[in-house]
Amino acid sequence: MSAQQSVACDRSSSKRGGVRRPLRMLPLIELAVLVIMVAAPVALNERPQLITLITNIAILSLLAISFDLCWGFSGIMTFGQALFFGVPGYVIALVGRDLGLSQFWLTLPLAMITGLLLAFVVALFLLLGRRPTPIFIALGTLTGSYAAERLVSGWQYVGAGNGLSAIKLLQMGSYEFVEGTAFYSLACVILLATYLAARALVRSQLGLVLAGMRQNEERLDFLGYRVQVFKVLVFSFAGMISGIAGALYSYHQGFIGPGNMGPGLSTQAVIYCLLGGSGTLIGPVVGTAVIEILTYELADIDSIRQFWPVFLGLVLLSIILFQPSGILGIAVSTRERIGSYGLRRKSARQQG
Amino acid sequence: MALLEVTALTKMFGQLRALDGIDIAVRAGTFHGLIGPNGSGKSTLLKAIAGAHAPTSGTIRFDGTDFTPAPPFERARAGLSLKFQITSVFPELSTYDNVLLAVQSREGLPSLLSSRTRRTLDSEVMAALDRFRLADRADDLAGELSHGQQQWLEIILALTSRPKLLLLDEPTGGMSPEERRVTGELLRPIKSDCTLVIVEHDIDFIKNLCDYLTVLYQGRVLDEGSVGQIERSTKVQEVYTSRV
Repeated sequence: MSAQQSVACDRSSSKRGGVRRPLRMLPLIELAVLVIMVAAPVALNERPQLITLITNIAILSLLAISFDLCWGFSGIMTFGQALFFGVPGYVIALVGRDLGLSQFWLTLPLAMITGLLLAFVVALFLLLGRRPTPIFIALGTLTGSYAAERLVSGWQYVGAGNGLSAIKLLQMGSYEFVEGTAFYSLACVILLATYLAARALVRSQLGLVLAGMRQNEERLDFLGYRVQVFKVLVFSFAGMISGIAGALYSYHQGFIGPGNMGPGLSTQAVIYCLLGGSGTLIGPVVGTAVIEILTYELADIDSIRQFWPVFLGLVLLSIILFQPSGILGIAVSTRERIGSYGLRRKSARQQG
Repeated sequence: MALLEVTALTKMFGQLRALDGIDIAVRAGTFHGLIGPNGSGKSTLLKAIAGAHAPTSGTIRFDGTDFTPAPPFERARAGLSLKFQITSVFPELSTYDNVLLAVQSREGLPSLLSSRTRRTLDSEVMAALDRFRLADRADDLAGELSHGQQQWLEIILALTSRPKLLLLDEPTGGMSPEERRVTGELLRPIKSDCTLVIVEHDIDFIKNLCDYLTVLYQGRVLDEGSVGQIERSTKVQEVYTSRV
């Protein structure tokens, strides 16, 4: 039997139902998260502080997704993702304070461009070398994040250690977004749009290049791919997503401070992503929700609040040691997480 | 004119002189074998040609252009393709996706982003898998293939970028005699498409496949010529054949 006949035979046996294809979990989890996102404001209508919490989760999920694009999909270990979150947050705060501008159509693109350009510049330094090591990139991004935090802490024009508060409200025409359901809806729409864009990217043929880059960078080079350019592209795109998150965070909190661009928040983005499950896009959203809900629930207990960073560190350590595929790894197989990219995926699905 | 010209190529690893003034010319349309005892510099030479090792001195001209300082991706785009000695596939991708990744390396960024060529490249991917008897393993992870099949997949990856010059580093390493025989059969037809430089320890395999041989010894060219000339070479008999 020739190979082609054999494939044809496999396909026909699938048609007859001879092969049971495993249930795909990721779309179900995505759907469940979407339902929860839509239902949450209705269920929590009487508790505004919880609307604030879920808005924060939606915003920080964007930061976690940006890290997932870098690490989970492309193998770029960045420990400074908050840099591209905090700087755009400061920029829109300053634009509001000094120029009186806070129109959605103006300041959100400004934040995106700021995040993108900043990430692009950092990537030029860190990623365009012949073959920068992962540890070099991790330390480089961490240093950038730390240096920015220290710089801002001592700079009076941007509020020094106190940061910038009373940030002008985000406006769409004459409508002002205050904390509450409207802001939550806006954050969710942006999260959904970003998620779909990121999903389209990682499932495209370009996504296959990223998967190859994560698994065997050297081999990809010998196939004719200019790997560093792909790294710069994905890093910059992730910076842009962080920029949107930073802007939304500033508007929502009415505050932005040095800590919002430092290693603390950068590490938190790593934990969100790894806890939920890296390389899945939806995992970081789940991880962010778990950490933020735990933080909220346990914040009132002094003895726990004091040791919260230690707890987060232990969470990170436990994931790395015992469950590297995160919470989603319990339900989602490695094969499904990595996915497939060719035409056969579609035909296989049609048969199943 | 030679497709590949290596002139006075030297590669030092610290104090170790792995390649010592190598001169090689590979004519287009030939199968050129590199043989020699372990440590003679065969793999180092192949890696230097492909761009994995930067030479300490000397030049590498490919298709009339000096590629000595060029990074691997530029050489690959110019038509120079390497199959690694140790299998270096993408283990967590399906066999199909491994080949698609190699085939789509000719596409530009907008095309990759829009997945415009996913459908059109399908037949090319399946034809390559079929040619190397891997079509029925298309959906399996590359890491789950047998060693011999991973070697074939490696050859497909190197071939599907449509190279002018294919560099094969021990393509039958770790294969059974039957797999070696099949590999030879699979490689022979590519002669019409590209030139081949092959490093191999299996002398029978290389004798059956190659037109021309270069023998390396201690980082230098010991002798070169047709298979018959090398078989009769007293230098090779003294230094090489007695050791293998």
